[in-house]
Order: sequence, then C-alpha cells, then structure tokens
Amino acid sequence: MMSSGSSVFRVGISFAIVCIFYVPTIDSLPELSPQKYFSTLQPGKASLAYFCQADSPRTSVFLEELNEAVRPLQDYGISVAKVNCVKEETSRYCGKEKDLMKAYLFKGNILLREFPTDTLFDVNAIVAHVLFALLFNEVKYITNLEDLQNIENALKGKANIVFSYVRAIGIPEHRAVMEAAFVYGTTYQFVLTTEIALLESIGSEDVENARLYFFHCKLVLDLTQQCRSTLMEQPLTTLNIHLFIKIMKAPLLTEVADDPQQVSTVHLQLGLPLVFIVSQQATYEADRRTAEWVAWRLLGKAGVLLLLRDSLEVNIPQHANVVFKRAEKGVPMEFLVLHDVDLIISHVENNIHVEEIQEDEDDDVEGPDIDTQDDEVAETVYRDRKRKLPLELTVELTEETFNATVMASDNIVLFYVDWQAVSMAFLQSYIDVAIKLKGTSTMLLTRINCADWPDVCTKQNVTEFPFVKMYKKGKNPVSYTGMLGTEDLLKFIQLNRISYPVNITSIQEAEEYLSGELYKDLISYSSMSVLGLFSPNMTTAKEDFSEAGNYLKGYVITGIYSEEDVSLLSNKYAATLPALLLARHTEGKIESIPLASTHAQDVVQIITDALLETFPEITVENLPSYFRLQKPLLILFSDGSINPQYKNAILTLVKQKYLDSFTPCWLNLHDFMEKKHL
Amino acid sequence: MGLSALAPLWSSPGLLLVIALHPALSVPTHRDYCVLGAGPAGLQMAYFLQRAGRDYAVFERTQRPGSFFTRYPRHRKLISINKRYTGNANSEFNLRHDWNSLLSHDPRLLFRHYSRAYFPDAHDMVRYLGDFTDTLGLRVLYNTTITHVTLDKDQRAWNGHYFILTDQKGQVHQCSVLLVATGLSVPNQVDFPGSEYVEGYESVSVDPEDFVGQNVLILGRGNSAFETADNILGVTNFIHMLSRSRVRLSWATHYVGDLRAINNGLLDTYQLKSLDGLLESDLTDLAILKDSKGKFHVTLKFFLEEAGTNQSTDSITLPQDDNDNFAMRVPYDRVIRCLGWNFDFSIFNKSLRLNSGNAFGKKYPLIRASYESKGSRGLFVLGTASHSVDYRKSAGGFIHGFRYTARAVHRLLEHRHHGIAWPATELPITQLTSSIVRRVNEASGLYQMFGVLADVVLLKENATAFEYLEEFPLQMVAQLEMLTGRKAQHGLFVIIMEYGRNFSGPDKDVFFDNRSVGQTEDAWQSNFLHPVIYYYRHLPTEQEVRFRPAHWPLPRPTAIHHIVEDFLTDWTAPIGHILPLRRFLENCLDTDLRSFYAESCFLFALTRQKLPPFCQQGYLRMQGLVSTESLRQHRVESWLPRNHAATDSRLEDSSQQPGDHEPLDAPMAPGPLAQSLDSNKEEL
Repeated sequence: MMSSGSSVFRVGISFAIVCIFYVPTIDSLPELSPQKYFSTLQPGKASLAYFCQADSPRTSVFLEELNEAVRPLQDYGISVAKVNCVKEETSRYCGKEKDLMKAYLFKGNILLREFPTDTLFDVNAIVAHVLFALLFNEVKYITNLEDLQNIENALKGKANIVFSYVRAIGIPEHRAVMEAAFVYGTTYQFVLTTEIALLESIGSEDVENARLYFFHCKLVLDLTQQCRSTLMEQPLTTLNIHLFIKIMKAPLLTEVADDPQQVSTVHLQLGLPLVFIVSQQATYEADRRTAEWVAWRLLGKAGVLLLLRDSLEVNIPQHANVVFKRAEKGVPMEFLVLHDVDLIISHVENNIHVEEIQEDEDDDVEGPDIDTQDDEVAETVYRDRKRKLPLELTVELTEETFNATVMASDNIVLFYVDWQAVSMAFLQSYIDVAIKLKGTSTMLLTRINCADWPDVCTKQNVTEFPFVKMYKKGKNPVSYTGMLGTEDLLKFIQLNRISYPVNITSIQEAEEYLSGELYKDLISYSSMSVLGLFSPNMTTAKEDFSEAGNYLKGYVITGIYSEEDVSLLSNKYAATLPALLLARHTEGKIESIPLASTHAQDVVQIITDALLETFPEITVENLPSYFRLQKPLLILFSDGSINPQYKNAILTLVKQKYLDSFTPCWLNLHDFMEKKHL
Repeated sequence: MGLSALAPLWSSPGLLLVIALHPALSVPTHRDYCVLGAGPAGLQMAYFLQRAGRDYAVFERTQRPGSFFTRYPRHRKLISINKRYTGNANSEFNLRHDWNSLLSHDPRLLFRHYSRAYFPDAHDMVRYLGDFTDTLGLRVLYNTTITHVTLDKDQRAWNGHYFILTDQKGQVHQCSVLLVATGLSVPNQVDFPGSEYVEGYESVSVDPEDFVGQNVLILGRGNSAFETADNILGVTNFIHMLSRSRVRLSWATHYVGDLRAINNGLLDTYQLKSLDGLLESDLTDLAILKDSKGKFHVTLKFFLEEAGTNQSTDSITLPQDDNDNFAMRVPYDRVIRCLGWNFDFSIFNKSLRLNSGNAFGKKYPLIRASYESKGSRGLFVLGTASHSVDYRKSAGGFIHGFRYTARAVHRLLEHRHHGIAWPATELPITQLTSSIVRRVNEASGLYQMFGVLADVVLLKENATAFEYLEEFPLQMVAQLEMLTGRKAQHGLFVIIMEYGRNFSGPDKDVFFDNRSVGQTEDAWQSNFLHPVIYYYRHLPTEQEVRFRPAHWPLPRPTAIHHIVEDFLTDWTAPIGHILPLRRFLENCLDTDLRSFYAESCFLFALTRQKLPPFCQQGYLRMQGLVSTESLRQHRVESWLPRNHAATDSRLEDSSQQPGDHEPLDAPMAPGPLAQSLDSNKEEL
C-alpha cells in the first residue's frame, strides 16, 4: 500500500519535472542524472538519451547536432536527453571510458537500440536512425532482389509499396524516407535498400542518386503479374515524398462531365497540370483505354481525366480531343488536336513547369545584392568611367621614359594602378591640380601606371597605391604624405617651389618675410611663416632646425636667420635665442617661442602644434590634426557661422584653463547636415 | 692560399694537367654551394646565388652551357612558346607567355630578343644560355665532369656533412650544399626480344630522305615520338605508333608535357584517312623479329618463348597466323624508340640515399616539396630532374616552371644558412584586396606553377596589417614559419591558381558547351585557370597537409574563395572580381575593407566609435581621399553612403554560402563569421 502510494507520488513528481524541463525549453537539450532520466520514461513513449561522463566537455560536435535534433524528434513524440553519469549513481549505460559513450533509444523503459555516437554524425543521421529503429516493422530493409520480390508477392492485391534506395543510412535522403514512413508507414509498405546492385536489377539507369519508386501492387490480382512501378523524379526530400505519395493516392483516371475550367483535382492543387481526354459515347470504350494508358504514362506528372463531351454543357472546339489545363492560375486552357498518345505525353512533358522547391533555407539567404557595390569610391569611380579626363595635361611615363624624365627636370610622379578605384579617384584630383597649374609651374606633372610597369614602381619602393613622389634635380625624392586631394597636393607643389628653410640674410628681409611680403604668392598656401632665430655659433641648433624645416617642406614655410645682428630681431620680439618667430598671416600676429630643446623632432612638434588653433571650426580637412591630440572634442554646434559672443566665451574659458582636458572646437551644423545628406 | 692556387684552373685548362699532378691539390677546394650542370636550371640557380653574393660554382661537363640543347630536341624545334607580343606592357605578366627566358634583372636577357619564332630553334636556346652566363658573369667550371659524389660527415658543416665531388681528373671539391641540375640524360629503354633492332631517338637519322618509302614503327607516345613522326610523315609509306597508354593531349590534360598540338600531324592522317595509326600494347610483351630480307615483324614474346631458341626467325609464330587481320601484320623497315629519359643516378654514392621514386616517378630522384632530397639534407634537385613534385600536373619540369622553383629553393637557402627571411612586403590591411588583385593579374610564377607555388598573406595581430610572401612551395605550408623566418600567428591567406576539379584529363572533352562560368555565384565551378584563395585561422599542420582531401592542393581551409574564371585572364572587374573578393576577405577578417572619401570618414569620426581601417589608416593620419566635384556628384546620385546601415545587415559573400555541391566552398563556421562582420560594420 505504502509503496504503490509512493510510486504514484513519484510519477506525479516526474511529470512535474517533465513539464518544467520540456515545456519552457522546448528545443534545448535537458541534462539529467541517470536516476532522474529513468524516472521520466513513460510507457510507450520513445526517448533518446546520450550518456556521458559528468566531466566531459560541455560542448562537442555531437552535442550540437543532438541539440538540433531535439525539436524534429519532438515532432515525432520522441524525447531527447543528455544523461550525466555521476559517480554516485552508476548506470550500466554509463560507459567506462570517455570515448566509449553511446546514445540509447528507449521505448518506455525497454532498450530498443544503442548507437555509437559516430553513427549519429549529424542531425539528419540522428533523426533517420531513431525513426529507423522505431519503424522497424513499417520499413523493411532489404539487400537483394529476392527479398523485394517476396515482399511484392506477399502484398499483391493487398497493399502498395514505397521502395527507396539511398546511398547510405543516415544521410538526408534516408531521413526524408523515414519521415515519410512515419506518416504513411501504416498505409504502405516501405522498403529500403542501400544496394546499388538491387537498384540496377530493377532497371534504374541512374544509380548516383537516391531513388524512390511506388509499386502499385494493390491492383494486381493475378499473382504471376508484376506490380507496376512509378519512379519519383524529384529529389528525395520530405516534402517531395509527401507530394508524390499524395499523387499516387489520387485515382488514376477520373471521369468528368463538367466544364473543364471548373474541374479541380488534387493534382492541380499540387501544381500539376490536368489532361482531359475528350470522349464521346460512340468511342467511349476506346477512349477510356487510351486515357488509362495515358494516365499510367503521366502518373506523377499530370492528372488525367476522361471528359464526356455528350453530357457537357459548355462548348469545346469541334475537333479538339485533348484539353490541357495548367496549374498556374490565369493561364487559358489549351484545346488540342493530338492523334497520337506520344504526342500527348510529349506535350505535357514539354510544358511542365518544374518548380524547384528549395528546402535548404541557407540558399535563400544568398544576398540579393551580391552584385551591389557598397564601396562608395568604387561606385563613384565606376559611374564616372565614361567621362573623359584631360589626361594629356600630365605626362604618362613608361619603363623606358621614367629615368630620363625624372632626371631631366623637377617632377611630381603619381604612381597608380588603373583598375584600383582609389587610384582612379585620386587621378581626378591630380588632373585638377594639372589644370590649375597649367602653364604656370616649372614642376612637371607625370604619372605611371604600375599595372603596366611594375618594375619601375618596385624600384622606386612604391608598394601602396596611389602614391605621389616629388623628384628634384640633385635631391632625394620626397614622398607626399598629405591628403589625397587637389588642395593639399597643390599646396605641396607650390610650397616646394623654394627650398626650406629659407636663408634670410638681412633684418629688412626678415621683416618682409614675417609680414608675408617676401613670399606673397605662397602665403595663401601656408597661413603661418616660421622664422628660426639663432646666434651664428649655434651650429647644431641650426642644423636641427634645417632638418625640421626640410621635413615640413610643402606643408609650412620656414626660414632661418642667424646673422651677427640677430639680437635686433630677438629683442624686438622679446625672444631669447634660440627661438622661433611665428607669423600668423591671417591674424597679422607675430609671436615668439623659445626653443628649449632644439632636436629636429621637437621643433617639428612645436611647429605643428602652433599650427593648431585654440578654438577652431572643425572641418573635414582639419579634424585629423585635432583628433591626434587624443583629447575629447568639446564641440559647440552652430547653425551657420559661429556667434562671436560664444567664441569669446569659450576663449575666456580656455584662457582660464578650464578646458585643458578638452579640445574645444565648433561645428557648422548647416554644412554638416549637408554632408550627411550626401 | 688554396683559392689563389686554384684561380688558373678556370681560366687556363692548359695549366690544369701540370697543377693536377701537384700533391697540394689533393686538398679539396671548398665551396658553400655547388651546382651540377650548366643547363637552364643550374644557370638560374647560379644567377640567384651570384646576386646574393654567395660562394658557389657550377660544374659543367662540356665547354659551353646548355649542352643538351646542342643535340636535343633532335628536330631542333622547341615546343616552348616564345610569345613576343601580348598587348600588355607588364614584364611580369609577359613571362606568363614566355616559356624560354630565365629570370634576371636584365631586360636584355629575355628570350624574345633571341628568336622571332613562336616555336624557336634549339640553337637559339644554346646561344641564349651562353649569353645569359657571360652577361651575368656566372661562375661555371667547364669541361669538369663530376664522376662521383659522396658524403663526408662533419659536425662543423652546415648540414652535418659535406658533399664530396670528384671530377674526371681526380680533383676533389667539398660543398656545403649540393644543387643537382643535371636534367634527365639517360634514354629510357625497354628490354624485349629484338630490342637490339630498335633505333633510339637520340641517334636516329633526322633526314627525311632516309625514310622515303618505308614502313616505320615508333615506340612511344610522347612529344619526341610525335616530333619524330612529323618529320617523316610526308615521305614514309605509313607510320605506326605503339605504346602502353593512350595518347594524352596537352590541351585536355592542361599539362605541357603531354602531346602538344604542334606535334600532332599524325593524329590527322590517322583519324581522317586511316593512313598512319596509334596502337596500345605493353611493350614488355612484345618481340621484334628480323626476317631474311631485313624487315622487322612484331610478334609476342610469348610466341618466341614457345618456339624455343633454335628456330629460324621465319618459322616463329606471328600473331597474324592466328588472327589474320592483326593490326601490325605488315613488316616494318625501321623501328624507332622514343621513350623519354631517366635521371642519371650512377654518380651518386649510396650514402647520399638519392633514390628513385616509385609509382610514376621512377625516372626522377625522390625529393620533398621543398626540392630537398629525402635522403640527405642539403642536397637539392633542380630543373627537369625535380619534376617528380608536380609530374603530369604543373610546369616544374620545364624552364617556364623551374625558373620559379629555383628561386624558391634559393630563398629557402638564404633563410636556412644566412638568416635572411623570405622576402615580404608589409602593408596596411587596406591594401590587402589590391595586393591580391595585383598579383593574380600579373604574377607569372603563380600562373606557370599553378597548384605548386602559392602566394601567402600572413596577417598581423588584429588584422591591421599583413605581410605578403610570393611563390612559396604550397606543400611546405605547414613548415612555413621554419622555412621562411616569418610568423603566421594570426591567420593566413594562401593564393593559388587552379583549373576546375574535373576539367583536366586525358580523355576529357574540354570544348563542351557551358565550359566557362560567367556568374560570380558559380565561381567555384570555374574550369579554366583561375585564382583561388584559401583562408586558414591557423597554419595547417604537416598531418593536415599530408592527409588533405584527394585532389586538393591544400587541406580543408576555414574558408575558400574562387575568383570567377575570365576569358581574358583579367581579374580586375569591379563587380565581377574585386567586390566578391573584398567581401570574402572582410568575412574572414571580420573587418570592413571598403574605401571611403574623407567626407565619410569625417562623419564616421564624429558619429561612430570605431572607424573602418581605410579611415583609420588614411584619413586620421591626414591622408584622406578627397573627392572631386564630379565624383561628389555621383556620390549624391548613388545611394552611398546613406544606406550603409541597410545594406550592411546582410550576409555578404555568396562564395561563403554553404552550397550543396561543394561543401568546402563554405567556411567551417559561416554563422559567426558573417554575424561578427555585421556587428562590426554596424558600428560604423
């Protein structure tokens, strides 16, 4: 009494556990201890369990596949679990060694089969094997023709057979067959083989792929007669097999006396066309034989009906003996005159619209826009490919002309490759520079296509494209490292007309230099002129400054003054030697900075820092130089130009050192939104 | 001391005898590198050694380079093409269609300056090789026949032993590394009764007059057999050709060693008018009998054995006695053997363990994919003799192939013995797509040595930069770090050229409809030579290379990409070639390799946390790309970059989709790759 009570109690508990485990986590693999697992088994219910050591890795390829199989198996009422073998609860299903763990299939608490994990190599194999084991009676596995004939003979006049060949057990086709057997196993006898020889012996030419035949044995009453068979022509997928069996189930031939337009059969619903054989009372018997003959030939391809013209209310053309009706809606029926059965067959076969049913979801993901360019440079260059550029404004160099040209005069060389979008985009800017410089510059603008002349480019140490180098007589070539655009390149070329630092020789010249008079035509390219002041004996400092000036050539105008009377200048601008005078031309200001360290690198740093403004408008061109400071940008957004009041307010804050940890700047929101909309 | 005493050796053979008698000379002269043979491969190696300033010498039997070509091919026409015009200025590309030149820095030393003929005369090759040697000043010891090579164990030696070479005068040379470039020099002979009546290709007359009105049987089915037939086709009664295997046409096999169209005149007359003919039989089953009139009859060895030794030739059973329409029932006036060549193993001492391969490679010494002998470290085989590596596959047995493998061997040696890492260019990741596009469009080594040599991209940490290595021997990829001195810790791309998997073969119809693929989606089905890029997260192991899938040049990659074949072999189409390649690279590296104008980078910099590499490495370093007015206009018209977000949230590369057809065309883990790429791009 006590014991039975407790067992009822336990069932109740286990049911609760099942609910907790299965319902909320419908498709994840439950993990149980052996004892718990066995308590969940229900009579008549199948369950697949994988027994593994508790300390085994939590993930493995097998577990991933098993996890994937949870949901499909659940559709067939089969539960799946991972059973962790713990030391306290040894079970005979827990293998001794880690790699000898197996999966077991139970029905109720009866062990049906055990599977080494390598037979369950993927989700298809898992589903296929489990169903195969459960449908042991419904699906007969055979290996030779004799077996097949025996089954055939046994079922003649009784039931039809679904015979299939798959190349191996556990592959997707096998799974598809098993899934069909699960549904139709009681209606039809399923027979399965993996023997090519067997397939060949029933006359199949194609032994490469899985095959499925429907044997019409139920109709056979004479035991000496063979069962007719129909081959399924579509690939073996679950859906295709279902469709095929449905069609096989439909009557071979239907007699109708209605308007063919209104007639619909299962064929039409499944996307197959209908063939009406038009019959008259007088020829009914012959027509029926013809129609049956046609129906057998078209089995699986079209539905065949016998249309009795005499009792028909609608008119069909006088001579038409066949009506062809497609499954697609809105396609008019065809009224045909065909005097040969083969013509009917071929007409149907030529007009079947084979709709490939893609079961593989992955195929659908294939990017609809795989051909859509998402690189803006490539796209714009491509769109612009037909516009003719005035390339003649630049000289195209070759392997033969390169050395002679760069030796003969001052050159700017663009190294590019003609199939590379970035190269071709920059080539446009380069041509723009040529247009702007046309007839005014001594600098020759040349270009070389490295796709044609790789050796030249390699010898010039150019490995990235596009790349610009300046070659000046008697000097080492200089690589251009500025923005790849018209403005910056033009500035580089213009500023490079003179060499840096400029040697200033008199006080008067120095004043002209600082006021911008000396290089009037250049100061539009450099908003600041730098003058280094040194005593004549500061040799190292002068050398370092020269190096820095040379480094900055093409970007800033630099000059040097180290005559005996240098003190006149240093006194005037309150500088202690060595010092830098910075002339900001736009503001008309000259400030001095003492040079604590005269290392070239430091000088370069001082000058580049000096080029930055305290409260700049942030633009496409200057953002990188402020970004480099690695301080957060404090941006004042302004609709249009900045209000001077705000500007002063910020400048005051800067002066009071409140904003030292930021880079204060302002952004013209008006321009920005425009860019954004581009 | 030793060197100065030896100096006259090279210049003055007259002095040689006198000095040779001097006892001091029994002291071996040492060289770091010894090259055997001044043929194309030996000279090519000498060139690289010379440029690297290495201590080397080339030993040559005769008095000039390229002696093989003074006699062979017998009919003097080289079947290696000398394409002087390609319509392309790119010198590297042009080597794809120049099968005769050796590699050098000197553009004068290109074969097209030596012959105007598309199929040049062999004399021009001799002249070319002579000029190559003289112009570059390669150090060749002529008239020096190495008669014996053995090993001398020595701990101090680079490889634990020296190679000891003895020449015909007894002079001994000690070498740290031995480079064998002696080609195949021993005619292949098949032994059967009556083989003594057979004339060899090496000595048969080349004057058609000698064959007027004769019935000729040629044994063999290679280019030498067809070349011999072509020469006499017009004057003989008929020519029959006999060999064990079916004829292999090089246009079908894509192997230049098979029968070339230029030599196939006999196929015409055979198939059109049943005049001449091809027959298949195992030569070892045959016997040739000479009758009383001096004519030759083909019979079976079996009949001969049956008849015993005492029978007169006329009474021995002939196949036609039983079978009166036997194909070879007519008597022949001449039988010519054109059965190819074998490597000369005779001078190598057993201690070198230089063995012949098995299977098809009996005529070649057994070597590794690094061209180093399996038997002794430091012994490399170059040139034609090294063809076992890619026999019937690629071009390693021919000048246009082994000129590249010699360079690869040299690079391996430079690293092994001189600490010079395999040359590589380090570039920012933004240049990755362009670097690959550039190489697949111009590289000749990848093209000629398809499936054997590969370019390798070694990624740097976080895939911000990469090193590009050219023409590394594919099969050695597992040992790449050790062989090149480069690090492959962060994944790699391997770039090779391939034909379609099922395209090449002796009986394949290569002209079938739809043989070429045009759609990007079908790129993996490309048949003609096309670039394929393999991506590995980790360097494959030796095991993985050895047990790679059959017919695969490399083990299973993490992801693979085929660039669709191109009729013009021009893989620069923006949408058809570059875009899919870029997406593949992006998916592998989980990064964005698109290029952007400065305006876009500016926007990104102000609105996103992370910038694409092109903006990081360009714009933010003040090297942004500025658009021009007209480009800006197009940018407005196109949807770019406004719709970035919309287009980014999708899977990118079709070649990465798991296909049913070729599972390997998909990455092992397509999900994570694609997803992480998405997430990364969305940040923009």
